Formats: sequence, C-alpha cells, structure tokens
Amino acid sequence: MTSILAVDDSASMRQMVSFTLKGAGFDVREATDGVEALEIAKTESFDLVLTDVNMPNMNGIELVKNLRQLDNYKFTPMLMLTTESAGDMKMQGKQAGATGWIVKPFNPDQLLSTIKRVLG
Amino acid sequence: MSVDLSQFHQVFFEESFEGLDVMESELLDMDPADVDDETVNNIFRAAHSIKGGAGTFGFMPVSEFTHVLETLLDEIRSGKRSMEPRYVDLFLQSVDCLRGMLSDMQDGNDPETERPAELRKEFEKILGMEQESAAAEETSADSDGKDSGWLIDVHPHTDLLMTGNEPFRMFRELRELVGEDNFDVTADIDNVPELSSLTPEECIINWQIKVTTSVPLDEIKAIFEWVEDECDLTYLPLTGDAETTSDNNVTPDKNAAEEQQPQETPEVATEKAPVIAEAQKSAKPAKAPKKAAESSSIRVSIDKVDSLINMVGELVITQSMLGQLGQDFDLSRLAKLQEGLSQLEQNTRELQESVMKIRMMPISFAFSRFPRLVRDLGGQLGKKVVLETIGEQTELDKTVMEKINDPLVHLVRNSMDHGLETTEQRIAAGKCEEGTITLNAYHQGGNIVIEVADDGAGLNEDRILKKAIEKGLVPENNSLTPEEIHNLIFLPGFSTAEAVSDISGRGVGMDVVRRNIQALNGSIEVKSQRNVGSTFIIRLPLTLAILDGQLVKVCEETYIFPLVSIVESIQIHRSSLNHVTGSQYVMQLRDEYIPIVRLDKIFGLRDEKDVVDEMMLVVVEGDNEKIGIVVDDLLGQQQVVIKSLEQNYQKVSGISGATILGDGTVALIIDISSIGKNIVPVKRNQNRSERAA
Repeated sequence: MTSILAVDDSASMRQMVSFTLKGAGFDVREATDGVEALEIAKTESFDLVLTDVNMPNMNGIELVKNLRQLDNYKFTPMLMLTTESAGDMKMQGKQAGATGWIVKPFNPDQLLSTIKRVLG
Repeated sequence: MSVDLSQFHQVFFEESFEGLDVMESELLDMDPADVDDETVNNIFRAAHSIKGGAGTFGFMPVSEFTHVLETLLDEIRSGKRSMEPRYVDLFLQSVDCLRGMLSDMQDGNDPETERPAELRKEFEKILGMEQESAAAEETSADSDGKDSGWLIDVHPHTDLLMTGNEPFRMFRELRELVGEDNFDVTADIDNVPELSSLTPEECIINWQIKVTTSVPLDEIKAIFEWVEDECDLTYLPLTGDAETTSDNNVTPDKNAAEEQQPQETPEVATEKAPVIAEAQKSAKPAKAPKKAAESSSIRVSIDKVDSLINMVGELVITQSMLGQLGQDFDLSRLAKLQEGLSQLEQNTRELQESVMKIRMMPISFAFSRFPRLVRDLGGQLGKKVVLETIGEQTELDKTVMEKINDPLVHLVRNSMDHGLETTEQRIAAGKCEEGTITLNAYHQGGNIVIEVADDGAGLNEDRILKKAIEKGLVPENNSLTPEEIHNLIFLPGFSTAEAVSDISGRGVGMDVVRRNIQALNGSIEVKSQRNVGSTFIIRLPLTLAILDGQLVKVCEETYIFPLVSIVESIQIHRSSLNHVTGSQYVMQLRDEYIPIVRLDKIFGLRDEKDVVDEMMLVVVEGDNEKIGIVVDDLLGQQQVVIKSLEQNYQKVSGISGATILGDGTVALIIDISSIGKNIVPVKRNQNRSERAA
C-alpha cells in the first residue's frame, strides 16, 4: 500500500487530509510537527511526504531539508501545504528540496488529484 | 470521492479559538518597542492556521479577514515593518472580531460584516493595499491561447531528481492536457556519458516537446510550475511569430512580483470558484454543533486517561476476586470477604478521584482573559494598572470554572473602577502610580479559594454606612463592626458608586455576585483596610458533582446538609425557642439571636402535638447570616453524589438536589440559602432592635 506521512500542527487540517487519503486507499501516518515527523521518518519509510509549512518546533521547510539528508528520502516526493500569499515560502521550500506545493485552501478532490499526479 | 467537511468543523472551531487565545496572550505580553521573533512567529502561526483552515472548510469571511491581518504580521515578521502600539491594538480588536465571527459561524449563523469591514480598512490603510490590488488587476492579463502550439525546450539541471520531481510525470500530464495525438517529445541524450561514469542521481537528458494545441500557455506552464527553478524552460510558439517566451529570461523583479501576487494559474483559478461554493454549501448545513458544543468537550491529558484505565483494571481484578469468593462462600472466608470489600472501597475511591481529575482544569483558563480586560479597562479609566496572577495551575472543576467567570469579571471591573484610585490620587497618597490587581488561587481543604485583591483606597466605611442608612438597610443608631459594614455591600440594591459608570455600574450589584457564588455552594467575603486596599475572597467547592454532606434525621426521613455550611451542632430544649411573629421562632445563642427553621414543619412530617422537648439544632451559615435548623438526630458524614432534582423532577424551593444513599433510599440535600430565605428579615429586625436597645 502506498504510504504517506502527513504533517500539520492543525488538528482539523490533519484530520481532513488523513481522512481523505485513507478513504482513497493510502496508508497514512500523522505527525504534528517537523520534529515528530523526522523521528517517524527515521524508522519508517514513506512514498510521499505532505507537510504544512508553518509549524512549531520545526517548520515544514526545515523538515524537508532534514529529510533530504536521509538516504531513504533523497528522491521521495515532498509536497508543502502553503497559502497563496506565501510566495517566498514556496521559494524557500524549493531550495530546501521540496517537490512542489498544494495551495491552501484546497478541497479533498484537489488534494487527491495532486497526490495522484505525483505518485503517478 | 466526496468527503463531508462538516465533520472537521468542530475541531477547526476549537483550535481556532485556542489560536486566538494564543494571539491575545502574546499580544498582551508584548512590548512593541522590543519584540522578539518568536512572539511574532507564534502570533503569525496562529493567524495562518486559522486562515488556512477557514479557507479549506469554507468559512471564507474568516479566511479573507485573516488574510489582511496575516499580511501585516508577515511584514513585521520579515522585518519590513516594526511593531507599533497601534498595530497591537488593531490586532487585539481583530482577535475579538474573529472570535465573534467564528462563534456566529459555529452557531450556524452568518458572521457579522460591519466590524470586519471596518478593521479591514484599517489594515489596508496601513498596508497601502488599495493601490496594490489595482496593480494586481492590471498585471493579471497575460498570454492568451491564440497560438496553434508550442515548442518547449526542457533543460533540467542535474539536481532535478533530488527534489522528488520526475520529468516523466510532467510529460504525462502535458500529454493528457493536449491529447496524445498533439504531443511529441524528443530526448537529447548527447550529454549522457558512458555507463561506467554515469551518476544515476543526476538528470542529464534534455527534451524538446512539440504540442499542437490552443490550450493557453499558462496552463502548460502550470505543469512545470514546480520545476521552474530546476530547469531551463523555453516556450517557442509554433505559429512562427517572433514571440519567444522563456521563463529563465524573466527579470528577478518580475519573478519576485509573481511570487508576491496571489496570481493563480488558470487551473487553480478555474477550480477555485466551485471549490469555495461547494465548501460553503457544506458549511451551511453544519449548523449542528451549537454553542453548547463549545463547552461540552474537554481536552484531557493522556496521563489522566491512563490513570483511569489503570483504576478500572484494578476494579476488574477486585470484582473477579469477590465474584469467586461469592460462588463458594462460607463463614471461614469472612476475613477474605472483608479484605476484598475494603479493597473495593479503596478502588472506588481512587476511581472517583481519577474521574474527578478529568473534569479538573487549571484556573489559568479563567485567569487568561483578565490581562486583556485589565489592559482595556485601564485605558478606558485612564488608570495605570498591573495585573498579577498567582496559582494559575490550581485546578478546579470545569463547570465551576465556567460559572465563576462572570462573578470574577465583575469583581475585577469593580476593583478597577471603584477600588483603585486615579493616578493623581495615588501620587497624592504617596503610593506608586501603578495600581495592582492580584488574582490568587489556591486549594484549602476541599475548597478552592480565589482572591481578587487591589491596592486601592479600601472600602469607605462611613460612606457605606451612610448609604445603607439612607436605603433603610440598617437603622441609624446601630453598632456595626467594620467587618459588618464591609459586608453591607453584598446586600441587594446596594451601590455606593456616586455616578453609574460604564465600567461596573451595569445594574449588577455585589448581591448578584454573591448569589451566583452561593449557587455554586460557595461563599464570598471581603477584607478591606483604608488606603491599603480590598480583597474579595471566594471559596468554592472543587466540584459540583460531589458534596461533603452531614446526614441528619427528621422523623423517618434522612436529609443532607452541606458540611461547609455547618457552623456547629448543639442540643437544645424546646423551651429555649422564643416565638416572635407568625410561626417564626428565634433562639438566643450566646450573644446573638438566630432564627429557627423546623424541617419537620416545613416538610409537614409531624403534627405539632408530637413535637418532642429535646431537640438537636444545627447552626448553619448561608448569605452570611446564621440560622438554626431543628433536626431529630445527626447521622454520619459522607461524600454524596448530587443528582439534580430539576432535571429529574422540578425545582423545589429549599432543596438543592438529591442523592442515593448506600441502602438505596433517596435523601434530599438542603439548600441552606433558600431554606432560610423567608425568615431572614425577621432575624435582621430582631437582631438590630435588640442591639439598638
């Protein structure tokens, strides 16, 4: 089963993302911030990482940067959930090694279509 | 796939309200002249989450309003602008506004529009956004789809694969967009080295894609949006026109401008409208979670739940042990049975404690609103006030906390308005110009004590007494002690404020505060010293669900008195009761007369002729007045679980609830303040005329 690591400090967003992806048949693991996600990623591997940008402890950009240092995650697609106003965030995310982004607000169908695009 | 987004609304509202609390407390703690990054980041993050969630779940007015707020925060965060006191005020007003909007939406109503629009204008004025949005409109017109196709050169940088981007994905999407017949791709493998020197992590192939299509260029570019910085992309029109578009030829400024503007790709732009409409559609029917839902859930730490599970485990073991014992019981195993029962008692007590702990929350939840209140009120009153809070981690029952909020607000308003002097008065009195309001919470026995103290002028006894005499609350020739004079402020209709002010003169007097506290089985007293300050001391039970009770017997009935109300119990003779008026009796107890209530009479339990001579009198204190209640006998003391009479039957005057005793019988719990209500006036007259004489 395709596995996805979903990282967001907002419980409602995390629940929505997780519910949508599980409903589409993905195996989803949730983390509430970058630190927790990185810990999980060190012991498990995922086919895709979906992360919010603004989070306490470790933000999404730092997370991507850290994940890219791990051998398992060199080529793993990593998508950032970002708002349209955060243009510089996209740039920083790209520089950190993010694959792309999903612009908030998004609905479950947009989320799924983007993820399916990336995973082929 | 259709996902009902309304199922996430309640969580969204809860976390948004929490986010607003964070914003408010960070803003209140902030010194605009010396702001640290972490504070601004915390505020930004909270606003950002609310905006993102609101947009996703279809609460567009909230999302749009938070957007302007977030923009200003972002400018401060990135150092483009420094924090100013007026921004703090504006942010605080926005927090209030957002709270209102979210509450409206949570209740299933449309949010108010006037206030957000006003605040938005303020933000836009600061940000100078009117011009920006006009500029955005001008730049939105870009290339159109008049061309018959494009020749696209894709020259990936070698590190493209290291971003998780796969060229094949983009080509596949492009092929789907234009149709298989209109898509032709050629790979340039000139740079591919010998296999022995090939680095598989590097992307070294260039591609040329020819698409014959009328699809607008923006839609094609959107496919390569994620790799614009990792590829050299050139778009050449197939019409043969001179126009050549290369993303890499754009100036850095334009690039930055594109990033800054919320410039949607057509793909996103066209999809966005139905998304929002759909989300709003799903937001409407989600009226179900009403306001009540706000307080109907609590967040419990895992530790507390674990301890509960642990207790239940113990209970199951005890139960199975007793079960086994019961199957084959004879008297030789009596000791074992007793041991099992005592273990069961311990388990039950621990389980009860664990369950009660779940409802316990630190009082910081109630205290957290006061910094704002004090700040705003201080501004309105022109007084410099510092708020100190002590014992914020003191825990009390969630329901008690919710109900104590209003009395606390009233007390703090009162202390600030009437208690603290003006700056000039303070300086003249030799005090520091800043007044201090202290909120202190601590546990004492089975109660929580909350103190609201000010270092103001203290209660003016002469003025209080004068007012009380004017209002006919006390006779002119009285001999009240200072404490008794202070307590006059709790009498109904008493107000010494010379002018009814906006702050605390809202028609709610201290008597209402006291009544609210008494309704929680609590009490309030005041201690005051001229020119030093006043302290209001509130005592409350830790929980409303369980009561420490004294069981008493009247005829064949068992009643329960709240232990906290009992002052003393004495044995009396019928002859010591003096008949005063109607059916009212009083009794002299040491140096005071106290009115007497006979439960047997109130509840019609026995005929007058059957009244015995030896009686047991329980002296209780309610409404700061003592009354004596005649009972037949005192039974034991025990904790009782309060069952509401109102919910199961109807409200009965003199009774606050009921409980089920160990033997299965129902016992009524006496409401001390209401049982003494009818006789209080008699008592006052009697007492005062006695003293006056």
